[in-house]
Amino acid sequence: MKRQTYARMLRSGFRSLMLHRLRSLLTTLGVLFGTSSVIAMLAIGEGASFEAQEQIKLLGSQNVILRSVKPADEPTSGGQTSRVVRYGLLDADYERVRDTFPAVVHVVPVRKIEAEVRVLTRSLNPQILATQPSYLAATGRLMWEGRFLTAEDGRSLSNVCVLGTDVAHYLFPLRSPIGERIKIGPEYFIVVGTLAPRLRAADDQPEVGEFTGEVLIPFETATNWFGRIQVKLRSGSREMEEVDLHEIIIGVASGDAVSLIADASREMLSRGHQKRDYEIVVPLELLARAEETKRIFNVVLGSIAGISLLVGGIGIMNVMLATVTERTREIGIRRALGAKKRHIITQFLIETVLLSVGGGLFGVALGLTIPIIVEASADMKTIVTPIAPIAAFGISAGVGIIFGIYPAWRAASMDPVEALRHE
Amino acid sequence: MSSQEHIQNVVELMNVRRTYRMGEELVQALDGVSFAIGRGEYWSVMGASGSGKSTLLNVIGCLDRPTEGDYLLAGTKTSSLDDDELSDLRSQKLGFIFQSYNLIPQLDVLENILVPLYYQDEPPADGEERARALAERMGLGDRIGHRPTELSGGQQQRVAIARSLVNNPELIMADEATGNLDSQTANEILDLFDELSAEGKTIVFVTHEAHVAERASHILRMKDGQIEELIVQREIVQREIVRS
Ligand SMILES: Nc1ncnc2c1ncn2[C@@H]1O[C@H](COP(=O)(O)OP(=O)(O)OP(=O)(O)O)[C@@H](O)[C@H]1O
Ligand SMILES: [Mg+2]
Repeated sequence: MKRQTYARMLRSGFRSLMLHRLRSLLTTLGVLFGTSSVIAMLAIGEGASFEAQEQIKLLGSQNVILRSVKPADEPTSGGQTSRVVRYGLLDADYERVRDTFPAVVHVVPVRKIEAEVRVLTRSLNPQILATQPSYLAATGRLMWEGRFLTAEDGRSLSNVCVLGTDVAHYLFPLRSPIGERIKIGPEYFIVVGTLAPRLRAADDQPEVGEFTGEVLIPFETATNWFGRIQVKLRSGSREMEEVDLHEIIIGVASGDAVSLIADASREMLSRGHQKRDYEIVVPLELLARAEETKRIFNVVLGSIAGISLLVGGIGIMNVMLATVTERTREIGIRRALGAKKRHIITQFLIETVLLSVGGGLFGVALGLTIPIIVEASADMKTIVTPIAPIAAFGISAGVGIIFGIYPAWRAASMDPVEALRHE
Repeated sequence: MSSQEHIQNVVELMNVRRTYRMGEELVQALDGVSFAIGRGEYWSVMGASGSGKSTLLNVIGCLDRPTEGDYLLAGTKTSSLDDDELSDLRSQKLGFIFQSYNLIPQLDVLENILVPLYYQDEPPADGEERARALAERMGLGDRIGHRPTELSGGQQQRVAIARSLVNNPELIMADEATGNLDSQTANEILDLFDELSAEGKTIVFVTHEAHVAERASHILRMKDGQIEELIVQREIVQREIVRS
């Protein structure tokens, strides 16, 4: 058949469908919602996984992070208010990593200090991290103003600090904090720098009412002033904890060595600790897990898409079967005037494909709109990959062909004489 | 019979039977029919209801196949042809006109006239001009963009006649073409057939009414699937009732 024949058949198919506007419209809804939900859900899923990956990368994809975790079976405060709970990573662990682990770029010790920060009348309880100069490189943080902590600060037990953006803004809303004095616990510290803002990591989400900014002070200075025992005030009760190190950030030379270092850390800690008072976070492994989650998500989505398109296709087939019966006489006329079976098949197949592709087109349009609305209203990131609308469109055309074949075949195999006699 | 004479026959039926099975019973809709229609002849077919007129027309029109016997259309033996080849014959050599007009509702007048050409493998380049000229001739020049539902019965039948002519067929077949029309409109249509016949078209016209049949050059009378009589120019040349 020639190209103009197809053009004519397309036009006449469209006109046949327009004879029953409402019916055609309703018929396309199945495919419409099928394709639009596929595109929308893919975009949302893609966006969520992108965000998760970004957050994991914030932890440093070439880092292995060891953290102290308070063992679950440890008796909490209750009556024994004076008891000191000792747990977590040890200085020995830090030295071991620093001195014996291969392929390590930095090993950064971090201790959290419980203290109030005060400037004149303003006070708050930020995270106070006692750490070393390599913290900046290991976490990939950037300076905003001033300088970071130096080795000399530690050696000389200087009372200097670096403020996170939030803390800096809160304490010094109108001026630069550089060179200003702040009070941490009972001691005065000079602000030497501020950090650039960053995205929040996934497991760093603020609890309700918690302030998320941080204050960084030299590790040695902290040991000197605050010691190892921290007093936590929780809902009226006092809790004393002794933790050598809250975190050890191990920066690894290359991505290949990450799992090696992770295994070595697991081995070291499981031998050195009777209780499970630590955890090992490997961002690269989290990344792999995020990929796997995304893959499963896609499989589930694919199934939902398949089912909705199947239902849509069956709906179209149903309507086309009714149409064929309704137009039996027209089929007889066309056959009497010389139409071959394949002409009839093509005619009805074109109508079915028009229906499903029409639904597919509107579905793509709707599917591209939903992510925009979601992004605007729900503050969620969405990513529409170009393949999604193309694939959705192609699949909807395929649905039309697959579910159109049987009705078209039914139409073509009618006996012309019988069809002409049909009322 | 020389081959030259042979080709002069547009239709040639040789002992054609068409048997329908109705459960246990066999219905002989056509029961050994033989005749030949020469080029340019105007035949009318008469007979009681159920005598096999439509069945005969369906066989001649290549919509139906004989159960037995041979049928040659313009020299082509049809019994060995497949469905596609029969379709080709219909779109190239035959023109159908029905009692109930049978126009396609979603197409306009011009498109309806063009339908037989749509299904030709190599449609003529001047198809649309031809269709316009035919519409003009049928007095439908100003109705070309109208849908069938916007036309009177007589106008619809004129569209159908134009459609049957658009492919320059060897044979025009009409089954009760005036059956649904009032007598004045029917007469106008019948005058058109006279005109076509005068132009040399070969026509087979099925009718119930004697005064309609009388316009034809040949009158074929059917009874119980057999030829009861064949009258040529109102002169009875063959009168036989074959009983089997
Ligand atoms: N599909 C069929 N199945 C069974 N019998 C059939 C079928 N078609 C026709 N017949 C029978 O064949 C015979 C001839 O039918 P046909 O339609 O040719 O009659 P007709 O002369 O055209 O009648 P009318 O004037 O009423 O149109 C009738 O007895 C009819 O019942
Ligand atoms: Mg009949």
